[in-house]
Amino acid sequence: MRQYITRRLIQMIPILIGVSILLFCILQMAPGDILSANVNPHMTAEIKQELRHQMHLDQPAYVQYFYWMKGVVKGDFGDSYYFKQPVTTVIKTYIWNSFILSLVSFILSVIISIPIGVVSATRQYSKFDYFFTVVALIGISIPAFYFGLLLIKWFAVDLHAFPVSGMSTPGTNLRGIGAAGDTLYHMFLPCLVLTLGSVAELMRYTRSSMLEVIKQDYIKTARAKGLKEKVVIYKHALRNAMIPVVTIFGMWLPSLFSGAILTESIFNWPGIGPIELLAVNNRDYPLLMGINLILALLTLLGNLLADITYALIDPRIRLK
Amino acid sequence: MEAKTSEEVKLSEEGIMSPWRLAWRRLKRDKLAMLGLYILAFMVLISVIGPLLSPYTMEEMDLSNIQSPPSFKHPLGTDEVGRDEMTRLFYAGRISLSVGLFAVVISTVIGSALGGIAGYYGGFVDTLIMRIVDIFMSFPFLPLLITIAAVMSDWKVPPQYRMFVVMLLIGVLSWPSLTRIVRGQILSLREQEFMQAAEALGIRDKSKIFRHLLPNTYASIIVSATLGLGGAILTESSLSFLGLGVTPPTPSWGQMIQVARDVYTLQTQPWLWVPPGICIFLTVMAINLFGDGLRDALDPRLNR
Repeated sequence: MRQYITRRLIQMIPILIGVSILLFCILQMAPGDILSANVNPHMTAEIKQELRHQMHLDQPAYVQYFYWMKGVVKGDFGDSYYFKQPVTTVIKTYIWNSFILSLVSFILSVIISIPIGVVSATRQYSKFDYFFTVVALIGISIPAFYFGLLLIKWFAVDLHAFPVSGMSTPGTNLRGIGAAGDTLYHMFLPCLVLTLGSVAELMRYTRSSMLEVIKQDYIKTARAKGLKEKVVIYKHALRNAMIPVVTIFGMWLPSLFSGAILTESIFNWPGIGPIELLAVNNRDYPLLMGINLILALLTLLGNLLADITYALIDPRIRLK
Repeated sequence: MEAKTSEEVKLSEEGIMSPWRLAWRRLKRDKLAMLGLYILAFMVLISVIGPLLSPYTMEEMDLSNIQSPPSFKHPLGTDEVGRDEMTRLFYAGRISLSVGLFAVVISTVIGSALGGIAGYYGGFVDTLIMRIVDIFMSFPFLPLLITIAAVMSDWKVPPQYRMFVVMLLIGVLSWPSLTRIVRGQILSLREQEFMQAAEALGIRDKSKIFRHLLPNTYASIIVSATLGLGGAILTESSLSFLGLGVTPPTPSWGQMIQVARDVYTLQTQPWLWVPPGICIFLTVMAINLFGDGLRDALDPRLNR
């Protein structure tokens, strides 16, 4: 097991290098550099030249790449143009807000979707099954940003039941439970949007995985032994049905941090999503590179974690 | 005896049917899938012939009649420069549907060709292609898309050509998952006897891959392309909503919703942003319904 993990971690290195080269090439395709746009108009050509030299912008692209990578290896992603702070500081400030929002909606969707998926599968073609199949269909077909806007219109603007945007009520200085309550209150609508999307997906996976398992011979054996239906479904079937579902969790791990760009920006949730859009709109390339590279790293770690969990819960799979 | 003969008749009848006709027959029995197909056909129809029937054009402004709510003359009202909202919705449908369609065509061609090549040759070529797939798949899709779209906005592409950039972008970024699927299937097909026959006949590699191997994976390619179409339409709408996709004056459904970012419009002029959202929703739902039905119909293991 340890050997497997070590090997997988080593395999990640060339992929990450590939990712960084790809990202670097993409950003090199942008015309001009930071100094040819939005800078102080009083800056003379000489100062610009001096700054370019300092930032290594006068060097060929591959040299710039090595300068950048040298920093990245040491954990230094350079300074954000927009925030005038190190990229890592900016990311650290906002990533946890994304994490909290995504984690709450993730836990909610697991709690909601797995029981529904199981019941839908055991009562296939029942009214219950049809109803939730339709709900899942709506969930995967509606654009998240549109659903978010509808919720803002209904609940925040028309009914004034929930705040339109942000993470806390401005002007208040709450602490402890009060602050947590205020955050939860602001979290409700964005969380609803995120949860609908993931519930729809997870429910479909659970249902189809469960349907597959119920047909297996060992379930027939369990029934033939005279076990209670509850034991058959929740002990024998569910355990096996959860195996493919667990891989989905691994795939979701990076999205816990990357946040939902659209949902966060519609609700002005101060997470990594709006920051990424800010970086895009201000052509803040160091920040953009940093965010994308960290997200890629998390994706790879998520896949690894999924594979390991897969092997841990399913003894039939041997990691080689 | 009687039952057996009817069974035999059924068997012989199915025996002469091609797998595709069999799948079509199964599909026709799937009511939900057919509902999806009808909704999709309807959306295509109004996008294609809607602008021809409308008395207004896409750009026609009427400054004396701006931001008017739905009325008999303008069933979906008018926007901030007095353009007829319904006509724009039809045109936006043309853009959104064709961007989605071409993006899927691009990604399907790249995905199946690379999957076929990787699976057939194996070895170094396979490793190289699959590592590229790994690299692409380790990016979260939307952040990468937004980054590239931002860089491409700096190229000063004229607005009327922006939709081609968006098509290309979505198409070029969404092939890796299909490559994995196709490669997996080719790996097992390659070992089968008909490939030994092809080998013995001395058929060239190119035609072995594209005429003998890939056609055997058409079922999964078609299902993946169908469901991918829904995804591509959603992606285009998100991108255009963020202002990084199709840009004005060319309308697209996602871009029409952009006006709702303004709270005043959101609250008081729902006719401007609610209908395009419904169009995206209906189209994507129809595609998903049809795609699910298609998957069941093409799966030989399911015999209903």
